[in-house]
Amino acid sequence: MTLGDQLSDRVKQVPPSGIRKFFELAEEVDDVISLGVGEPDFSAPWAARTAAIDSLERGKTSYTSNRGMRELREAISERVTRYGQEYDPEDEIIVTTGASEAVDLAFRAFVDPGDVVAIPQPSYISYTPGAIFAGGEPLPVPTRAEDEFKLTPEALEAAGADEADVLVLCYPNNPTGAVMTDDELADVASFVRDHDLVVLSDEIYSDLRYEDDHASIATHPGMRERTIVFNGFSKAYAMTGLRLGYAMGPPGAIDAMNKVHQYAMLSAPTTAQYAALEALRSCDDSVDEMRREYDRRRRFVLARFEEMGLDCFEAKGAFYVFPEAPDGDDEAFAEGLLEEQNVALVPGSVFGEGGEGHLRVSYATGMRELREAMDRIEAYVSG
Amino acid sequence: MDKQSLLDLLRHDARESVDDIARQLGADAEAVAAALEELEDDGVIRGYQAVVDWNNVDEEHVRAQVEVDVELDRETGYEEIARRIARFPEVATLRLVSGDYDFFIEVEGASMHAVSNFVSERIAPIPEVTKTVTHFVMDSYKEEGIELGDGDDDDRLSVSP
Repeated sequence: MTLGDQLSDRVKQVPPSGIRKFFELAEEVDDVISLGVGEPDFSAPWAARTAAIDSLERGKTSYTSNRGMRELREAISERVTRYGQEYDPEDEIIVTTGASEAVDLAFRAFVDPGDVVAIPQPSYISYTPGAIFAGGEPLPVPTRAEDEFKLTPEALEAAGADEADVLVLCYPNNPTGAVMTDDELADVASFVRDHDLVVLSDEIYSDLRYEDDHASIATHPGMRERTIVFNGFSKAYAMTGLRLGYAMGPPGAIDAMNKVHQYAMLSAPTTAQYAALEALRSCDDSVDEMRREYDRRRRFVLARFEEMGLDCFEAKGAFYVFPEAPDGDDEAFAEGLLEEQNVALVPGSVFGEGGEGHLRVSYATGMRELREAMDRIEAYVSG
Repeated sequence: MDKQSLLDLLRHDARESVDDIARQLGADAEAVAAALEELEDDGVIRGYQAVVDWNNVDEEHVRAQVEVDVELDRETGYEEIARRIARFPEVATLRLVSGDYDFFIEVEGASMHAVSNFVSERIAPIPEVTKTVTHFVMDSYKEEGIELGDGDDDDRLSVSP
């Protein structure tokens, strides 16, 4: 017997990550400038880091309550009112090891074998494997460049999502940088109610919107009771490595997710919870400063692409733009650019249907590197 | 044109081209150039300089911070004394400050001798100056918001989801 033969079908069914492949290619290139990074180039705000150290010095190294420290849940509850969301810290919020864990918990809590999970694409690469690991059947719902990669009822209809059980939403979006307004979400909400879907809404980039305020589908009529909202500290507070996120939803739903969480994780990292509490209490200014900096870079990158003649819709969220590959072949472009100009970005096809022919360009990189990278891309495009 | 954003950008990196600044602010290059000129004409922007890490320069370069006490009389005010001190090319910075002394001066020179000579022969003899205290700079870790030293490497994965 070899263990390789004993792998579960679910695990075997999931192909190796396309991101991983590209990471390995990029690692072989010297002096690479990477626009392929999916995390902030800043460090966590100083006050949050100090709070983490302080908690360690006070010996706060035990488990917390399964759902997370009460104080933190209260602070989260208070925080999300700015998005029009109201959740009771008692039984409607759970603190998790990154928003990723929260998404996984929701798949395990809401997906039965054979359940169809509609996943708008291009999308963050975890949703499809997550649905499969839970026994579900992922249903790709392609979104289109001409819709600025927003999800529409027409796209849902065309993909057959009316038969789905669960819909995953992620706006502001990784990899496209797309955002959706309240009006646009209202149309999706109406489809969701008509066809009785559960919505898993990943709002991890909610604080990184540059032209308007965040809008959440959970605040639409009849949606709160059928939506789980995910958020966390990784992106806005540059705390990816501290692994802290949360999920919010109606009480029964959070209870069910907590059931999985208490066995799989017990509780989210205690040190990170202290950092997160301080982040919520005192780090708004740092978030604003980082947002301003991202916005300047976003405008810069969009302007450069426009001047180069690369088609790129005006991404208004997260820290990505999603231009078209000049000759339509995103993988060839990304590999050629890496080989000839030592610039790494991620081919859009890695993120699923609708991503092909596009490139994910992350501007979570300092202006100096960004400027150099754009010069090199221009040289490659015109070369 | 939001002048505060323009100033923020320039204070971070004054060598950015007008075109790059315009791209970041979502403005016309002409509008940026005009705003820059206005900031200069209005005396908001007084100059653009390099931030030098003298540890990495072979030639010796000595800096000192000098605290200066003065005694004013009916005819002489801070302004007058300051004008006199500011004229010396050795004086890089001159500020009137609150607290135990009156003026803060940053003096630059080619050697400790040159700097101490300057203080004793040019500053101390000024009639209104009653006392000077000279602190030679031994090392510097941050200048104009820029940390000196090797900095931290970007240890993020080069490609990540």
